[in-house]
Amino acid sequence: MGSVDLIALWLSLRLATLTSVLLLLVSAPLAWWLAMGASRTRTVIDALVSLPLVLPPTVLGFYLLLLLAPGGVIGGAFRALGLPAPAFSFAGLVIGSMLYSLPFAVQPLRDAFQGIGARPLEVAATLRAAPWDRFVSVALPLSMRGILTAAVLCFAHTLGEFGVVLMIGGNIPGRTQTASIALFNHAEALEYGAANRLSLTLLALCFLMLLIVFGANRRLRASGALP
Amino acid sequence: MTLALRVSLARPQFSLQVDCEVPTRGITGLFGRSGSGKTTLLRCIAGLERRAQGRIAFDDEIWQDADHFVPAHRRRIGYVFQESSLFAHLDVRGNLEFGLRRVPTAERHLGFDEVVTLLNLQALLPQRAPQLSGGERQRVAIGRALLTNPRLLLMDEPVSSLDQRSKADILPHLERLRDVSAVPILYVSHALGEVMRLADHLLLLEGGRVRAAGPLQEMLARSDLPLRHYEDGGSVFDAIVEEHDARFHLTYVRIGAGRLAVARSPLDIGARLRVRIDARDVSLALKVPELTSILNILPARIVDLSEGEDPAQTLVRLEAAGEPLLARITRRSAAELQLVPGMQLFAQVKGVALMGQ
Repeated sequence: MGSVDLIALWLSLRLATLTSVLLLLVSAPLAWWLAMGASRTRTVIDALVSLPLVLPPTVLGFYLLLLLAPGGVIGGAFRALGLPAPAFSFAGLVIGSMLYSLPFAVQPLRDAFQGIGARPLEVAATLRAAPWDRFVSVALPLSMRGILTAAVLCFAHTLGEFGVVLMIGGNIPGRTQTASIALFNHAEALEYGAANRLSLTLLALCFLMLLIVFGANRRLRASGALP
Repeated sequence: MTLALRVSLARPQFSLQVDCEVPTRGITGLFGRSGSGKTTLLRCIAGLERRAQGRIAFDDEIWQDADHFVPAHRRRIGYVFQESSLFAHLDVRGNLEFGLRRVPTAERHLGFDEVVTLLNLQALLPQRAPQLSGGERQRVAIGRALLTNPRLLLMDEPVSSLDQRSKADILPHLERLRDVSAVPILYVSHALGEVMRLADHLLLLEGGRVRAAGPLQEMLARSDLPLRHYEDGGSVFDAIVEEHDARFHLTYVRIGAGRLAVARSPLDIGARLRVRIDARDVSLALKVPELTSILNILPARIVDLSEGEDPAQTLVRLEAAGEPLLARITRRSAAELQLVPGMQLFAQVKGVALMGQ
């Protein structure tokens, strides 16, 4: 594999990891709020969160580009703080990926939280745990499988995304060129050998990831920690 | 020391309207048929029903009124749920310590080891909920609630989902708990036998309202309540072990009305216990019976007679040395003996059950 590919692969891995971690942190409270009741506001937010599932990635990427560019609302705010506008940068990729993968984090988390039911939380309340305490020491550990699923889906989804990344990031090697874009470049240039090597690497990576997750899931269940 | 309740909660098919005071000593049984609002009331007291209205005060602490709602985690109550509610992600030790760790050190009067000994949990500590039997899980749940050092322990039918053996395993622990710890307990149940065995005080709920409340003995015999007509209805007495009879394998216990012979008990002389006499095990005689196989004969006076659901039977409410005693006899016997209120006679007690040893 050429050094350009390795750099692109490394960038993809960094992007997927950072996106997954940040997204889990953001999604957990959001999913919690969505799981804890029903109201009109929740329905609207629920629909908004799921939007990236049906929206063409290029549409999302296009509007993000407008927002993140130096003249855009977010880009302008970044510049006002003395930071470079996030369009065509790694930061922009992270923001775009987080939005694009949002439903893949929120939905498994919300389902997991709903699956716990009210009882364990009531029990925790009678054992003197305050709401935040209940979330951290009861809801999160009991939702381990949902969290694991969310993390894997985010990671894999980010690794494979193309349209959003291309729109926001352009195709700058070392800065915004991810593995999937590098792969597209190879294919377009009819470099099938290189495209094949990169594809196989990604394939192996994804399979390995799933193996680890399934193994961890099985161990969690065997230990009795999961229902 | 009282728990003052004025609670209302409306649901589509049901409304709870309770206005009463509950003594906070010993065990108070919250008794009623299913759907009478027992659990809902318990949840209101715990602070688990946000929509409940009214006022709830425990001694000098106001838990709820028009302006305040103290959330469950700050009410200093312990709650034992009907079904197993152990945390699946923690082992038994983790479950027990969950509440304890959240209690300020100054409030920890009951220690970990003490509770583990009291409920015999030592062997279970490293296990997880799925490995435990139903009875063991409830024992752990009780210990976990106790370890938060609650000012009030709420128990929602803690043994109703268990089989007979597990029940028999837990009830003695509950009796010990009542006798050794100073924590008042509110005990929800629809089984009269359990309540007779454990409770000192009774709150009878019907259709979301308090039908009556009072000391257990009185409540069991009250003529305006349905309790005495229950198949397993009867009377309970506090008794003291007086003598053991090795030859006939008997133990003599003293109650207010006299001395009762019961099956040999391992308790020491002077020990206190509760005995129960079912109404169906009491027969009546106008004179001191002679040449009878019945050992336990108590002088008594008729308070009143009433008919139950069975037209062949009459329930006679007696008073023996000031304590209520119920007898269920046939209506024909009542007619032939010409029983009327105020009559002095003799109650022959065929069976006395010891509760709690």
